[in-house]
Parts: sequence; C-alpha cells; structure tokens
Amino acid sequence: MVQTPVYMDNHATTPVDPRVLEVMLPYFTEKFGNAASRSHTFGWESEAAVDLAREQIARLIHASSPREIVFTSGATESDNLAIKGVAESYRDKGNHVITCVTEHKAVLDCCKSLEKRGCQVTYLPVDRDGLVSMNRLREAITDKTILISIMAANNEIGTIEPIKEIGQFAHEQGILFHTDATQAVGKIPLNVEQMGIDLLSLTAHKMYGPKGIGALYVRAAKPRVRLRPMIDGGGHERGMRSGTLNVPGIVGLGKSCEIAQKEMAAEAERLTSLRERLKKKISDQLEEVYVNGHPTKRLPGNMNMSFAYVEGESLLMALKEIAVSTGSACTSASLEPSHVLRAIGVEEELAHTSIRFGLGRFNTEEEVDYTVRRVVEEIRRLRELSPLYKARKAKRHGRQQTESKLPERVS
Amino acid sequence: MGSEVYFDNNATTRVLPEVAAAMQPYLTELYGNPSSIHRFGAQVAQKISAARAQVAALIGAADSIEIIFTSCGTEGDNAAIRGMVEARPDKRHIVTTQVEHPAVLGLCQHLEKRGYRVTWLSVNQEGMLDLEELRNALTDDTALVSVMVANNETGVIFPIDKIGEIVKARGIPFHVDAVQAAGKIPLKVKDSPVDLLTISGHKFHAPKGIGALYVRRGVAFPPFIIGGHQEKNRRAGTENVAGIVGMGEAAELAQRNLMEQSERVRGLRDQLEEELLRSCPDCRVNGGASERLPNTSNISFRYLEGESVLVLLDQFGICASTGSACTAGSSEPSHVLRAMAVAPDWLQGAVRFSLSRFNTGEEVCYVNEKVPLIVQRLQGLSALGKLAGQQRAQQEKPRAGNGIGVRG
Repeated sequence: MVQTPVYMDNHATTPVDPRVLEVMLPYFTEKFGNAASRSHTFGWESEAAVDLAREQIARLIHASSPREIVFTSGATESDNLAIKGVAESYRDKGNHVITCVTEHKAVLDCCKSLEKRGCQVTYLPVDRDGLVSMNRLREAITDKTILISIMAANNEIGTIEPIKEIGQFAHEQGILFHTDATQAVGKIPLNVEQMGIDLLSLTAHKMYGPKGIGALYVRAAKPRVRLRPMIDGGGHERGMRSGTLNVPGIVGLGKSCEIAQKEMAAEAERLTSLRERLKKKISDQLEEVYVNGHPTKRLPGNMNMSFAYVEGESLLMALKEIAVSTGSACTSASLEPSHVLRAIGVEEELAHTSIRFGLGRFNTEEEVDYTVRRVVEEIRRLRELSPLYKARKAKRHGRQQTESKLPERVS
Repeated sequence: MGSEVYFDNNATTRVLPEVAAAMQPYLTELYGNPSSIHRFGAQVAQKISAARAQVAALIGAADSIEIIFTSCGTEGDNAAIRGMVEARPDKRHIVTTQVEHPAVLGLCQHLEKRGYRVTWLSVNQEGMLDLEELRNALTDDTALVSVMVANNETGVIFPIDKIGEIVKARGIPFHVDAVQAAGKIPLKVKDSPVDLLTISGHKFHAPKGIGALYVRRGVAFPPFIIGGHQEKNRRAGTENVAGIVGMGEAAELAQRNLMEQSERVRGLRDQLEEELLRSCPDCRVNGGASERLPNTSNISFRYLEGESVLVLLDQFGICASTGSACTAGSSEPSHVLRAMAVAPDWLQGAVRFSLSRFNTGEEVCYVNEKVPLIVQRLQGLSALGKLAGQQRAQQEKPRAGNGIGVRG
C-alpha cells in the first residue's frame, strides 16, 4: 500500500536527507560560532566545518581547489552574482552575453537587466528536444562577447545541454562560460575542468540539502575569473560575497554533495528505470500523450508529458494526493504557458496540458505504479468531460487514423 | 557553568532550543517549496506568513507585508542602500557615519569609487553623532541617509528618531542598520521616520543564513536579487523556509522577554564593567558615557594588545573579540575606536565582551577573576606597561614636572 501524499516534484525542491540533517543539527545549538571569529574555539570549529564542506563541494564538481567555491544563499543569488558580476568586471572587454531561451527565470531576468544597462544579449533558440545548437552558438559570438550562460540541465523538461562542447568552444574563443547547474549537480557527472566551465551555480535544496544555501564555483586559474561582488561588506569569501556564513547550511550542502557523489551512478540508473517505467506505462494506456524533452539526454528523474485535452491545472486538482507540477515552481503563480515548452515548439494549447514529474531519491516503484494508475484514471475521466476530446474522437474514428499534426506520439 | 564562557554574542549567538525545535519539522517532513501549488507547498507558505508577522511585531511594523526575508544583515544593507540609490538615479550623494558596520562601510566605499559623494559623519569621544553636522550634510542631491541603530563594537545607541526627523524633513529616504539592536532594545518602525531597517536572525538566537529587510509601504524599492516572484517580487530565490520559521520564533521569544532579559543582561554587563574597572589598572570603557546596548562592553586595557588578551582569555575558556567578527583577522585597529579618537595607547588594547541571555552571574564572576590576572601578566611583559607602572608609583609621590610622554 502506497502512503499518500506521494511527493513527485523533486525539481521544485527535495526533502533533506536524514544523513544531511544529522550533521547539520549540532551547528545550530552547540557549535554555533561565527566562522569569521578568529579568537576562540567556537569560531575555529565553524571555520573548520566550512572548510570541509568546501572540499566536499569541490570534489563533486572536480574543482581544482576548494577556494573556488563561493557560498551564496542559493542558486538564484549565484546566477545573479555570476552574470551581473561578469558583466560589470569585464565591461572593458565587451558587452555581449549569450544565453538561451529555455533558461531559468533567474538567468533570464539577470540578462534582461543587463540589456537595460546597455548590454547586448543573444537568446539562442533550442530544437524540439530543447537542445541548443553549437552552430547557432558559433554564429552568435562577436568580438564583444564576454559570457556564455547555458544551463546544464533544464528544470522543466530535463534536457541535458552539450556543456562540454560549449565549454571547450568558449575557452577556445577566450569567452567565459557560466552554467546554471542547479538541477544537474549531484544527478549527473559534472567536471568543471574537463568541461571548461568557469562559473557554475548550484543549490543544496535540489539535492537533498536544506533551503537557503547555495554556491557559485568561480574558476581561480586558466583563466582567473574576476567578479565584482553583488554583496559588499566584510570581505568574506575572498571578497566575492560578504555576510556571515550560514554554517549549518554549508555543512548540510557539503554532506549532500558527498552523498550525491557516492551514490550518483547507482541512483541515476534506478531513477532512469523508474522514469522509463512511468513513461511506458502511461503511454501504453493513454493515447495522445506526448513527451517533452530529449528521449535520452535527460535528467534521470525527469519526465514531462502533455496530455492532450486536459488542462494541467485540472489534473493537478484531481491528483490532490500526488505532488507534481505544471512547470517551474518559480513561475507557478503565473498562468502563462511555460516558456520552455513554447520554445521547443509545443502548441500553446498542448503546453497547457503538460505535467512535470520529478522523481527523486525517496520515490519507490510502488509510488510510480500508483501515480501511473491515478494519472490514467483521471486523464480518462477528464477527457470524457471534454467536448473537444469527444468531438476529436468521433472525427478521428470517421477518418480512420489520419496523420496527426501534433508532435510524434510516444510509443 | 559550562566549560566555555561565550562572551562574543555580538559576533553570533547560540540558537535557542525552542527555535531549533520550531525549525526541525521544516527540515524534515514539511519540506515543500512554498511556491508549489500542491499541499507540500501550501503548508509551508502559511508558516512563512506567520513568521513574517512575528518579525513585523519585533520591530513594530504596521504591516507584515513590509518585511522582506533576506539571507543575512549584509544582504539587507546592500539591498537597501543599492535600492535607494537605484531608485533615484539623479541623486549622487550618500550620508552615513564613520562607525558603521563593514557591510555599510564597504558598500559606501565602493559607491564612492563609482563616483558617488559620501559624507562620513564623525562621532565624538563617546561615539556620539553631532546632529548639526548631519543637518548640514543633507543636500538636494542626497539619495539616502544610512545610520546604524546601535554600534556592534561599542554598543553605543544613536538617537534614531531625532536623526530621522532631520532626514525626513528634507524628504530623504532613511535606512537604519538595526542588526545589533533587534532583540536587545525595543524597536518600533511604525510612526517612526525610518523607511528601511535591516536585521539579521543570528544576532538574536535564530540561525545564520536568514535576515530581513523592512521596507516601509510606499517606498519604491527596486529588487536586488532578481529572477523569481518570491517575496512579492522583491527578493528572488527559493525561501529558506526553516530559517524563516526559526527567525519568526526567535523574534517572538525575544520580544516576549525583551525588558526582563535586557535588564538581567544589563545587570551582568554592569557587574563585569564595575569590577574590571576596579581591579585592572589602566582600563576604561569605550563609549561608556553614552547610552549603550545592555549587553555590550568595549574595554581598553592601556598599552596592551587586544589580541594578546584574547589568546590568554581563550586559555581560560573565555570567548571574546577585539571588534567586529566581520573584520576579524585584520590587524588594523578598529575604525570605530579611531573615529572616537581613542588615543593610540588605548587603541590596540580594546576587547569587546558581548553577553546574551545564556550568560550567568557565575560566568561574570569567573571572567572578573581571570581578566585581572591576564592584564597583570601582560602589563608585566609590556615595556610600556612597566614604564606606566613606574610612572604611577612616581605620581603617587607629589612631584613637579611632566611624566614621560608615552605613545603606543
């Protein structure tokens, strides 16, 4: 028997792993020192804990030095620091930034703010699977290009971008490369050295750590990235981010990186198989279901599907005991169809019928099967209530399976 | 008494057990993203509203909508000052003081490099501002005035209402850094001249990594960290739910016991000061004649190095500091004490003792017993200290002529 509610929205946030919580707890009430206090045990103890976490994070993304990790309050702040910081520090070199249309709002809004300050921004399109094209990227660069910011994996459709190719190209061109790896860190292997990444945003709460703590990887050599800080003050974090360090959060982030690294391979395999099970079982039982995103270059835990004729919101209402979402939690208050789905060419009407399943560490096969059963039940019920669906069914029956203009059906 | 005596509560404080308990569910079963529309999101979103009201109550805000959660005091200061500057692009002048926290100081120095004119208001020997100097500094070009409520090193409290009246008479936005004041002295922004106020959770027994910025309703506030609708489009990024819950709880506890706790802590602090002034030769309280936070004592031991005092204090398990933790590690003498024109022979020997509700009379007695031993030992080692000892002995005999002019 599956215990409800079932949480299948692990792209929005994840539960804190009990192993993570356990190491964090002493830093609230017992080891509560300020890591910047240099004159007593409480300070030293906190500083040592922060140093360890820095190493754990550096190891996960294969940074060559823990010094390259700058702690922030989360990925949104990291994105702000990276993009605005580069634009300000490299103003003498140029004012052109390249990003892509399917980025998270954190990156898009920062780019829009740069445009207001006189920067040029190129928003690369993506193909039907959500991939940016290397050719388009090559065409987009100018002698004023200072930064390429492309996400490692998309938060809605899970598409994994060709980060290594982009990084190598950027380095050949002497352009800095930032990647918002919020959804990718801890889920797929990332290596900032091999992938030519200069700046990388990450956050703990997407990888079974607490909310309120994140980091920005800032390359210290070849090239050394200069970054004008957003938050000035006491000069913490090598001057790039002032403010008292969130020691328990940092300890939690470090531990979640350590666990992710150890378990990544096995967990990715398990989640991929659960995801494929979810996709196959739903597609086998329902017609006119479309998968959004790339079939294989995809985060292990991500499945994004459109269920023609059924509003995503109505399905969410009907599936009260299952937590899934229609898209990014960060834009969930908006009624606009997802900018990501629109960018991959999903018709507006179909975009409104999309559901994002985010499978995570604590989901089981039973939960997947339960979700499948409930989704199938509710889609059938809701479609029966849809005049559009009935009309379409009748018409199609008459025409005897003429070709559909909708995207290719999942088999 | 525990094995360590923690007298460095202006650097950071221990999370209260009640606060940790309130946070725990939000680090375990209630893990939703408040922006999610399913039940996991909705239940935490409700709790955030409750915490917002608790924080609003602590600072006496009229409406909890005026509270924006941030990641720390430094972020709050940056968001406030940069926001006010951005909202008035035609104004190129900022007024602040010479004794601000590094968050405000560092930012204003940066803005100075960017072409802003900054007036750094001076303080007198007791750390107090001159209101006439403030009045004369304000111009039509002034984008904002930023003044701390209470100093983090000396605890000296500025007359915020009087300052604010002068500032508001000119229609200039008024920001106050209340990071050290919140939870220690009563604050009431409603019906006050304050437009923006920064606080930080970890200074009043909430966890690190959470702060808040009060922005008076009607004050145009361009967001600082962008890229999400959180905090009503005023601060993007997934909310630190557990931190917010902890800060709310800590705010409520601080407010509930504010007068009682602050009187108790003041008693301990006064006991510490009186005894040390009596038992240690050549020792003084910096800012002692001004109104101060009840928990803070900044004591200078003449001719000594504060760092050396701290090393020996640590050997006795006593934790204190020379000044701001945010500039710890720097060997520069305190900018606050220099602004107060503390003489060179007193400047290096400053030690900040900052207490909290966790401290006891027993701990104060222990510190009062150890400090004179440390001072005696260090003054014995210090050539200047020895000279001073001889000088004292000579002065005891009536004698004409000047003593030796000692310059540290």
